[in-house]
Parts: sequence; C-alpha cells; structure tokens
Amino acid sequence: MTSVAATARVPHAHHDDRSFIRKYIFSTDHKIIGIQFLFVSLFFLLLGGVLAMQMRWQLGFPGKPMPGGGLLPESMAAGGVILPEYYVQLVSMHGTFMVFFAIMPLLVGVYANFLIPLKIGTHDMAFPRINMASFWAALAAGLLMFASLFVPEGGIRSGWTNYAPLSARPDLSGVTIGELLWCVSIVILGLSSVMGSVNYITTIINHRAPGMTWFRMPLSVWALFITAILAVLALPVLQGAAILLLFDQTIGTHFFDPVAGGQALLWQHLFWFFGHPEVYILILPAMGMVSDIVANGSRKPIFGYHSMVFAIIAIAFLGWLVWGHHMFMSGMNPTLGSSFMVSTLVIAVPSAVKVFNWMGTMWRGNLRFHVPMLNATAFVAMFVIGGLSGIYMAATPVDMFIHDTYFIVAHLHYVLFGGSLFALFAAIPYWFPKMFGRMMSERWGKVHFWLTFVFYNLTFFPMHILGNAGHMRRIYDPTQYDFLKPYQPMNEFISISAFLLFATQLIFFVNFWYSLFKGKKAPQNPWEDNGLEWSLPSPAPHGNWERVPTVYRGPYEFSSPEVSDRDYLPQNEKRPTDREPASTTAPSH
Amino acid sequence: MHWWLPLKGSTFAGDIDGLFLAILIITGIAFVVVEAGLIWFVIKYRQRPGRKAFYTHGNARAEVIWTTIPAVTMVALGLISNHYWVRIKGRNSVPANAYPIAIHAKQFEWQVTYPGADGQLGTPDDFTVRNQLHVPVGRPVVVHLSSEDVIHSFFVPVFRVKQDAVPGMDIKAWFQATVPGQYELGCAELCGMGHYRMRAQVFVHTPEEYDAWMKQAAEEAKP
Amino acid sequence: MTHATATVDLMRPPFPAEPGSGVYSNKLGMWVFLASDVMFFTALIGTYIILRFGVSQPWAHPNAVLNVPLTAFNTFLLICSSVSMVKAFAAISNGDQRGLKLWLLITILAGASFVGVQVVEYIKLVGHGFTPAGYREGSLLAEHAVSDPVKYGAATAGLYGSTFFTMTGFHGFHVTCGVISMTYLYLTKVLPGKYSRQDYRGIETIGLYWHFVDLVWIILFTIVYLI
Repeated sequence: MTSVAATARVPHAHHDDRSFIRKYIFSTDHKIIGIQFLFVSLFFLLLGGVLAMQMRWQLGFPGKPMPGGGLLPESMAAGGVILPEYYVQLVSMHGTFMVFFAIMPLLVGVYANFLIPLKIGTHDMAFPRINMASFWAALAAGLLMFASLFVPEGGIRSGWTNYAPLSARPDLSGVTIGELLWCVSIVILGLSSVMGSVNYITTIINHRAPGMTWFRMPLSVWALFITAILAVLALPVLQGAAILLLFDQTIGTHFFDPVAGGQALLWQHLFWFFGHPEVYILILPAMGMVSDIVANGSRKPIFGYHSMVFAIIAIAFLGWLVWGHHMFMSGMNPTLGSSFMVSTLVIAVPSAVKVFNWMGTMWRGNLRFHVPMLNATAFVAMFVIGGLSGIYMAATPVDMFIHDTYFIVAHLHYVLFGGSLFALFAAIPYWFPKMFGRMMSERWGKVHFWLTFVFYNLTFFPMHILGNAGHMRRIYDPTQYDFLKPYQPMNEFISISAFLLFATQLIFFVNFWYSLFKGKKAPQNPWEDNGLEWSLPSPAPHGNWERVPTVYRGPYEFSSPEVSDRDYLPQNEKRPTDREPASTTAPSH
Repeated sequence: MHWWLPLKGSTFAGDIDGLFLAILIITGIAFVVVEAGLIWFVIKYRQRPGRKAFYTHGNARAEVIWTTIPAVTMVALGLISNHYWVRIKGRNSVPANAYPIAIHAKQFEWQVTYPGADGQLGTPDDFTVRNQLHVPVGRPVVVHLSSEDVIHSFFVPVFRVKQDAVPGMDIKAWFQATVPGQYELGCAELCGMGHYRMRAQVFVHTPEEYDAWMKQAAEEAKP
Repeated sequence: MTHATATVDLMRPPFPAEPGSGVYSNKLGMWVFLASDVMFFTALIGTYIILRFGVSQPWAHPNAVLNVPLTAFNTFLLICSSVSMVKAFAAISNGDQRGLKLWLLITILAGASFVGVQVVEYIKLVGHGFTPAGYREGSLLAEHAVSDPVKYGAATAGLYGSTFFTMTGFHGFHVTCGVISMTYLYLTKVLPGKYSRQDYRGIETIGLYWHFVDLVWIILFTIVYLI
C-alpha cells in the first residue's frame, strides 16, 4: 500500500535539518503552531483576568482608589479611582480579549491544530503554510487589539458586542482610534479563523489514516470538525459587520445610522447571527475534549458515542436558528421572539443528551481522578448549571426581567468559565506530555483545581441572585440605585472571591511554566489512552509518523474483554482477530 | 437583602414570577438529579484495586428516554411561555384604553412627556419632566419609547417591564401598576459612560394623588 | 517511504488512505473557502436588501446615477473571462501547454480590464458627486437630486452610496485578488510548464474561485444595476 501524495511534501520524521527559525518561529508544523497559539492565548487569558480584577475592584469598592491605580493615566483613573469611561472600557475589552483572543484560540487554535493530524493519523495539515499564516494573522489581530488599550481614549467602550449606533459614533462613545483598531483586528482575526478552518475541514475529510472511518474518530475530532464548519460560515458575517461599522466610523456610510435611513438593529442581527454560532464554537471543542478525558478517566467507552456525534451536529445546526434570543427586548417583531424562543428551548435537548451520556460513561466505571479527570468532571457539573440557567432566559417573558442583568453574566460565566475554561484546565495537562515531553505537576494541579472550583462558584453563583434583584449589567456604580444598595455587600463578597480566584490561577501559570523546563519527563502514554497520538513518543516528532498507522477500532475501547492484562486498547494496535481495512484505492469522482 | 425577585408591582409580575418559579422547579429537579448523580458516581465508582469498569457502548432505550423527557418539557415550557409573551409584548397586546406616556431616552436622562389633562399625546397641554415617571395605579399605561442618540433600555424592575429604546424606531411598551409607592427605573443597555447614572424615579399614585400631581406638574412645567 | 508518483493520478485521489471525499485537497479547501466567501457576500447583500426594502422613500433609478450600458459590457467581459478560464482548464487537461498559456492570459487580461473599467467608473461617479456617504454637496448629482428627488432617490442617497460602494468595492477587491493570483501562477507555474495532463490542480482550483467571483458579480449586477 503506497501513501503517495502524502509523501509528495512530507518531511522526514527521523531526521530534521531545519533551522531554528523554521523549526520554532516560522514553522509550518501543526504542533508548533498549536503551541504558539497556546503561549499567545495564555497571555491574553491573563490580560482578560487583569481587566476583570479592575472591574471587580470598582464594583466591590466603588470610588475607592485601586491598588496600583496610580499607574493608570489620570483620564482613566483619577487619583487611582477608576473613572466611568475607563470602567466601560474594562468591561468591553475584558469580553473582547476573553472571547476572541483567549477562549476561542485556546480551544481551536491550540487543539484543532495540535490534535487533529495526530488523532486522525496523518503527518500534518492539508495546507501547512496557510496554517502558519493563520497563526501570524491571529497574532497580528491580537497585537492590534492590545494596542487599542494604549492609544488616546483607549479601547472600545460599547461592550464586546459593540452595538451600533454607539459604536459608530465616536462623538457619542468617546472612542475613535480604539474603535477602528477593534474593527480591523476583528476582520484579520476572522481571516485567521477561516484559514484555520479550511485546514481542519480538508484535513479531516481527506487525510484520515486507513481504518479511521468517520465513526471511529474521537469525539474531540468530531467536535473540532463541526466547530470548523461553524467558524467558516459565521466569522465572515462578523467580518462583514465590522467592515460596515468601520465604514460608518470613517468614510461616512450610514448602515447603522437611523438619521440617514440606516438601521440600528441591523448591527445586532449581523453580530448575533455570527455571535450565537460563536458561542457554540466556544463550547463544542470543550465538550469534545471532555468526552475523550472522561472516557479515559472512567476506563470505559463513551456511553452513546453515536448519540454524542448527532448531538454535536444538532447543537451546531440549531445554533444557526437561535440568534434572536439575544434580541428579545431589542424592538424586533415580537413574533420573531416566539420563534426564537422555541428554537432556543429545543437546543437545550441535545445539550442535555450530552450531559446524560457523560454521566452514563462514568456510571459503573473505574474512575481515576487524575487532574484532567477532576477538571472534566467539574466541567460537566458546571456546564449543567450554565445550561439550566439558559432556560430562564429562553423563556421570553422571564427574559424581559433578566435580560441585561447579572443573571446573564452568571449564565455566560458558567458556560464559558465553568464550561470552556475548566475543559481547558483538563486539556492542557492532558496533552502537555505530548506537546512538551514533560508532565505538569499532579499535586499542584489538584491544589489549583480545588481552590479554583471553590472560588469560582463563590464568585459567580451569587450573580444569579443579583440578577434576580434586577441588577443591571455594565454599571459602573450600582450604589446609585436605592434598590441595589442592599446588594453592595454581595458585590463586595463577589469581588473578594474573584481576587482569590485570580490569585489561584497563578498556581496554574507557575505549574505550566515550571513544568515546561523542569517537569517530570513524560512516558509515551502516561494516561493509558487509546488515541493515535499516544502511539508516538512524548513529545511528538516533526512529521509525526514515518508511516501512517492503521486503525482497527474506535477510540474508546477501555476495559475491553478482548484484553485481560490492561484496561485500554489503542486504536492502532492490531489484535489477532483484526482484519486490515478495505483497500484504499477508492473510486474516482 | 432580598434573595428573591423584587416586589410584584404590576399585573404581569405575577405571571412572570410564576413562570420563573416553574422553571426553577424544573431546572431544580434536573440540577439535583445530575449533581447528586455525579457525586454518587464519583464516590461509588472510584477506582479501587481489583475493580473493573463495566464495558458497554450505551443503551438505546436510555437515549430515547433522556431525549424525549427534556424535549417534551421544553416544548411545554415554550407553549406556556408563548402564551404570556403574546399577552405582554404581542402586536395586539396593548389595551385599548391604556394611558399614553412618551419617553424619549437620551445620553444620559429620561425625558418623560405626559399627555396632560386631555389624556392625549401630541396636544398643546402635554408637558415634559426629566427622570420622573408618574403613573396611576390600576390603569394600563402605554409608554411610547424613542431615543435621541443610541440604544437605551427602559427597565422598571418592580413592573418587570423592559424594552429597548432604539433611535429611528418608535416602540410601545405597556404595563399596569398594582402597588402604590416609589420605585426606580434604570437603563438596561450600555449607552456610554453615563449609563450607570441614567436613573429615574417611578411613582405609582392612587387616582386622586395622580390628578393632584398632574395639575401641579403641568403648572410647574409651563414656560 | 516509497515514491510511486508515476502510477497515481493526483487529479483523482484518494490519498493517502481512507476514501475521504474523492476530491483532492486543494479543490476541497477552495470549496470550503468559497463557502466562507458566500457568507461574507451574504452579509453585505443581506444588508443591502434589509436597508433598501426597509425604507419607504424611493431608491434612485439605476440609470440615473450609474452607467448601466458600460457595466453591462463589463459583465459580459467577466463572463467571457469565465469561458476563457474553462478553455484554459480544458486545454491543460489534454496536456495542451500552448492552449493553457493563451487562454489563461486572456482570462487575466479580461479580469484586469474588468477592474480597470470599474476603477474608471468609480472615478467618474465620485466626480459627479456619488460617494459612500451619498451625493456630495454642491455636486452635479446633488443638483439633480433637488430637481428630481424621485428619480435620483434624494432621500435614500446615503444608503444608496453606502451599499453600492461596499458591495461593488469588495467584489472588485475579490476580482483583483483573483487576477493577482492567476498572474502569480502564470509566471511561476504556467510559463515554466509546471502543469501537465497529470497535474493541473492549481488551474482547477483558481478556476473555481474565478467562477465564484463571476457568479457573485452576476447577482450584484442584477440587484444593483438592473433593479
């Protein structure tokens, strides 16, 4: 069996004579690109956290000078006291950095790049140079966005959602250059996402190893595949919207300006048509990786693998039909409110199916609570809360009350932090050995996990109660309102919990950086997992395999009766009863 | 500090709070089942020497059950919610005899225009007050929302009413207050750096008080 | 690793293993990219439709402001360039290097001319006062709009300008990118004869892009210039 076109431009796996620059800086190796995304995105995650800490200072201790506030310019923090114009910038840039430059690249930029070729059994992505370009574009976009913090007037002040007409009118928002940078950065980031997605989709469709049929792919790969389809179709709409906004800001167009016939709601429709699929981009890869880790930690096959695949597809498909649920109170036609309510409630069903299947996987398992499994289990527990809280806002009459209150803030943080970020806290130590050849510290991972779990819930659960009270979002000083004054102690409590939560993340960062250099050397398959990546050395070499492996079974054959001496059975291990896959010379088009 | 929703100050507060409670019960059951289940599994199925996991790929019947029950629940919830939604926000939901008040939102205040003695907006006896919404109890009120500049949002927690005010659009939002008293209104859509102080006071008067207030306010508003 | 290039048809995968899509990766990748571009133009065209049919005041008659006959010719030119692209593709699929060189060159020149005509039209329009913000004050079009507000869509001129320049401008950008790509391929692969009957994937891939750009133009021409 020849693997011809794969050899056409395949690097030799056994010797590597590339220069340092080609190996580590301008690398086309998907693994290096994934690691580059990891380092850059962790920086933005930290930055997003720093912005949040400042917000929480103001909310917990309104009007008091912030420690370190003296470092800020007077126009942002007079005498160290955060000013309203700076507060709304903090709110907007926290969301922007976290969504676009932390969570999305951590899940997709890192793991789609790192895992896909390894898990489907190929040497690299279909288009390695375009892949490299996608990283550098994302970095350029990130630098532009970062620069916006330092220009006169600073970054945007209209929320990460940047609603028009406020965002289109510098005279009303107070931000000129920051808005331009936001728009340009988003357009470039969209390009990065599309380039990456073209790679992920093509590679998964065309480059799977012999025997790696669709229904033998790990759920992490399925999730990344479906996510890539979402990205390819959603990001361009955001790019379009950002360009229209940029034109309104600069060349005098009137897309969102009602005075000249434009429509303010047009921005919202365009933004959320992208924005809702975007949040599924932010959760599906997390769910996929959690599935891999829960099966591994349970030593059992995933319960209901096919249902899980269909649930991913259903969530992605339905995700296109729910965008209006962000706009129930926007003034759009109320009949649309009814239809979006129905589609939104329906999307709860495949998510519920996934939760039950994870539980089914753990049921009667032989549970090993390594750090990734701890975090993956917490993902399930926290995602459920986030998902259930979504039902309140899906019910439009209730949304009338809780829209734009802290109830929404609680929901989004339960799914994005309790969900996506815990999944990352599981995934990072899990694939760290394959990336770097070392293990992260189990002990400090456990300390980090427990402290994070406690402080995270103390920070975000009370926000549901603030929402119940009618506490609005993005409010610089809640004590202006008599009905919110009684909740100030709770705001203070949340802020202190948040500070402790942030401090705890230093444990993770130190563990990560220390382990890069001094972590225990990793064996080939430290977690006794079945995926193809674990059949390679730790770290995986350039080009991955000399010869692509052959796959004989699905990815979750744990505790299989076929083997008695161990509780795992790798996908590419040939057993006496296995046949070779069917001939690979397939019909032409 | 109050842990639950605010005082029920309008005719739809009961409906909305009731729906909220129903959802709390449904989601509460789901929450307990899942979290207790997870805790139970984590303890009961933890790794111990000599244990082996149960090798299975799933159970089709379980899949059907745990797909159908949530689906049926969600559909039922949707139908019930829609009933209230149409009543509160539907095209024909505004009662015919609703008392009209115009609210023009701008950075960063609420300009409230009252119809005056003739009860009609757009006539010479209309008068405008800043940041004060006075309404009579027990009578439907329809707010005609408009915006001067950016998107704001009219939000009175005790009435449970929220409606965005969008430049270029005239949007109606109605409610009927049930409890006399003094409350607050906040802006619920980020509208600029003064968003946090775009606050108004809301007064729900008995009919006599309302007439008295109206006369006095109309006098004060005369140029 | 073995090399067996002579016996495998790179135009008809699969490679290396699982059947995959039966479509070689460059082509599959281009289809995926085109899907993203469809969404981009959908956002722009959707915006146009929402804004145009969301106003009650009249929209300008296309031939009041735009040069419909010239643009009709330009459309014809672009369609011809798609035909020449097909001929280039057909040529190389038969191993005809000369045919490839000729027809691809014609395609590039037709594409470049299309852009050239568009640039000239833009310059003329801006000279008459048609800008993305509407009719420039004191310009010829602004005067016309005063004397005949219905024909010139005086009340909706701002939206008209906004949507016209954005849609046609981004289309023109896509055509330009196509011309540059084809020129690059022409100089680096076509002239040196690097394509052959066995491998002309680049031609098919860029051809797909070119046909897409043509299709988008036909839609734009219809809704902007004819309706």
